[in-house]
Amino acid sequence: MTSEQLEEYLESILDIETIDGIAKTSAIAKCLKVAPASVTEALQVLSEKGFVHYEPYKGAKLTDLGREMAQKVKRRHRLLEVFLTDVLHINQENVHDEACKMEHTLSDETECALCKLLKAPARCPHGSLIEACNRQVESCSSCLEGEGTVSSCTRDEPLLPVTTLAPGQKGTIAFIRGDNSVVQRLTDLGLTLHTEIQLIRKAPMLGPVEIAVRKTKLAIDHAIADHIFVTACKETTG
Amino acid sequence: MNGCNNCSGCQIPVSLPERKEEYVVALAGNANVGKSAMFNQLTGVDQDIGNWPGKTVERAEGLLQYRGQRIRVIDLPGIYSITALSTEEQVSREFIAHDHPDVVVNVLDASALERNLFFTLQLSELESPMILAVNQMDLATKKGIAIDLRKLSGLLGIPVIPTIAIQGKGIADLSDAILSAIVTRPKPHTMPYGKEVEDRIQKIMALFPAGVGGYPPRWTAIKLLESDSDTIWEAKKLAPDAVAAAGAFRQELERIHGEPAATVMSSERYHVAEQLVAEVMEIRPQNENELSLTERIDRLALHPLIGYILLIMVIGGLLVWTFIVGAWLSELLTAFLSGIAPVQPLVKGTVVDVIINGAWTGFVAALTLILPYVIPFYLFLALIEDSGFLTRFSLMLDQGMHKMGLHGKAIIPLVLGFGCTVPACLSCRIIESPKQKFLAAFLVTLVPCSARTIVILGVVALFVNVWWALALYLFAFILIVVLGRLAFRLLPGESVGMIMEMPDYHVPSVPIVLGQTWQRTKSLIWIVLPAYIIGSIAITAAFAAGFLEPINTILSPITVILLGLPVMTGVVFVFGIIRKEMTILALAALFGTTVFSTIMTPVQLIVFGLVAMLYAPCISTILALAKEFSWKQALAITALETALAIAFGAIAFRLLGLFM
Repeated sequence: MTSEQLEEYLESILDIETIDGIAKTSAIAKCLKVAPASVTEALQVLSEKGFVHYEPYKGAKLTDLGREMAQKVKRRHRLLEVFLTDVLHINQENVHDEACKMEHTLSDETECALCKLLKAPARCPHGSLIEACNRQVESCSSCLEGEGTVSSCTRDEPLLPVTTLAPGQKGTIAFIRGDNSVVQRLTDLGLTLHTEIQLIRKAPMLGPVEIAVRKTKLAIDHAIADHIFVTACKETTG
Repeated sequence: MNGCNNCSGCQIPVSLPERKEEYVVALAGNANVGKSAMFNQLTGVDQDIGNWPGKTVERAEGLLQYRGQRIRVIDLPGIYSITALSTEEQVSREFIAHDHPDVVVNVLDASALERNLFFTLQLSELESPMILAVNQMDLATKKGIAIDLRKLSGLLGIPVIPTIAIQGKGIADLSDAILSAIVTRPKPHTMPYGKEVEDRIQKIMALFPAGVGGYPPRWTAIKLLESDSDTIWEAKKLAPDAVAAAGAFRQELERIHGEPAATVMSSERYHVAEQLVAEVMEIRPQNENELSLTERIDRLALHPLIGYILLIMVIGGLLVWTFIVGAWLSELLTAFLSGIAPVQPLVKGTVVDVIINGAWTGFVAALTLILPYVIPFYLFLALIEDSGFLTRFSLMLDQGMHKMGLHGKAIIPLVLGFGCTVPACLSCRIIESPKQKFLAAFLVTLVPCSARTIVILGVVALFVNVWWALALYLFAFILIVVLGRLAFRLLPGESVGMIMEMPDYHVPSVPIVLGQTWQRTKSLIWIVLPAYIIGSIAITAAFAAGFLEPINTILSPITVILLGLPVMTGVVFVFGIIRKEMTILALAALFGTTVFSTIMTPVQLIVFGLVAMLYAPCISTILALAKEFSWKQALAITALETALAIAFGAIAFRLLGLFM
């Protein structure tokens, strides 16, 4: 199995898993437009390599390793989509397919340069959230304004945008993406790094999210909240 | 001295400052901590109170007379930081640094101490004499929070007074503390930051030992570190080399932390605030499964379906309640006043006759047309505001407002706009970006205010039917959405998203709701009554002197040919610019009847209502717009809306004529 195929599989399992909870063989086959038999075969390979937990007849679930890999590819895919749309002005219809081909060959360095060039965008042209990179940086400005190369150390724990927390779930702020003025506004209201915050509720249709921080409650525009990345705390309260 | 908690501030022997006639005290603090309530308690002046952040848009002033001293109290707008990202922040910091108030009273919300102390730390860097009023102690107690104020006072080095401003508790202690602070001038201790930051602050302070632009040296150093543009600009005039050196320190700091220096500073301040809170605050563990009242109400009010139903019911209820109660009150008053003397606006006779008749007509019109509708509206509005529901509207409607390039906060001015456009325009200041602020103010001028509602009710609903009146209302809403979208595309500038504090709900307090209603009604009476009486006299006099004809003739191409209205309406619209309700008054005065169906056809009545609703905002609004933005922008809005009114009026006249 080529690395390109492997990444494509992981990506589609991530997509299906997000919606259905578990990726069934038939769903993966439909998504990748291949025969179910080849999917079964591929899942066995992925399972051996430790990317998925695979149970015949039930489906596949990503392992932590597999998820990290899949999110990395997804991030590249969406960054490329923004690049193709905003910089190269490629026709919207072709953007997805183009990005699909390019995402597998992108190096870490190019990905980082692309993110800098596009000023750390929050969403792809189709409106899906772009994951934060897993470099050990505390804000985007260290990347955008810093000279030379950025720390290539990676984080141990996965970062989640606060908007993906479940109501009642708590997280610790690890990274705020975006330009200085947004970061400053949020910081002044108490959203500093390593502060614990709790998602209270999300308004429907990508409306504002309500979060609790330092004993106050804030309603924050969804697009701004997308920039706040946390490491989730395990315990939840109702 | 009681009320000082024996803080170190009072133990320092200080000589009496020269006796001044009047001392100045500034109230500063986060939004929605109860500053306005405290201001009212101290001064007895009725400052608007509402349970939403950003209530105090204009600096309010009042006088506290206490133990023979005259103390001018300034209520500064509520802000979360003084990094000068917004005009309010700029205004507050310049006032404290340049006007040198004798004492700054920092008002804090006891239930959100950490964030409030963050602001206290910034404020203390301005090095004014300062005292702390820790407000909403009752709410904190309810949440199981206990604060050791004596310890806090010791740590900060300034007096700390507990208060519950809404109930007037602690106000006497606070007044005593203010008086003694005028004498002792307690200055807060300098709170050292982390070593990396503090070292660099000290180094920059050595470069600017006297500070810059009237600000203290430590403040100057911190602002240079944060690369505050105003401070850099001022400092460059003094010593460009030193500014470059400060810039190098900033870069060092940014390299260490990988964050902009201003963000590093904010984190440092929060760190100090956290330490202070850890020292002085204790939280009694509460049963986490037990939902607070706010959380229980929010489950309904912010529910994806029930929430919107509630919202429509509340806004609909606000309008229906206003109309029903208003109509009932209006009838009562009319019956009562016509019993005293009949209204005879059109008289020709001696000067005295003209004046007396004109004045009486104006008085009756003001009392029967304005007050009955405004009082119930403001009463209901005060309930929505004081309970905390208004902020929930912002959250629920944020997505919808995005369509017009605005965000949820803009719903507050738009709802206020149903009452009076002027305060609604001023409240647009709660919106951060200049583009969105102007956009919101423009749309507010299109919201049918109580005056325009009265015209629509008095002309269209009464003499055509209610459905046409509602259709006009609907048209106004559609126009707001369409023009909002258009203006959003055409206006330059950026749109930023909403970040808004969600206050806890509380049971509206009867005195505050009544006080608020009375305060707003009173300020309206002060504008309306003289305007009506003078305007009415002017119309009667102009009629008696025969001045009306020329105005009507000049305007007749528009009124008669384009809009198909009687020639006399030219003058009516001119008077309407003073106040929109004056159109009804002028109509009645000029035609000598209040039964408008005898002078105009239904089509004419609808066109009249439409044009009156849309054309030029009233003079007070134009002035408010000019003050908030510029004359150019105010006149542009006026011209645009007048053109729109004439265009839509002409179209309506021709279309409606086909089938009515």
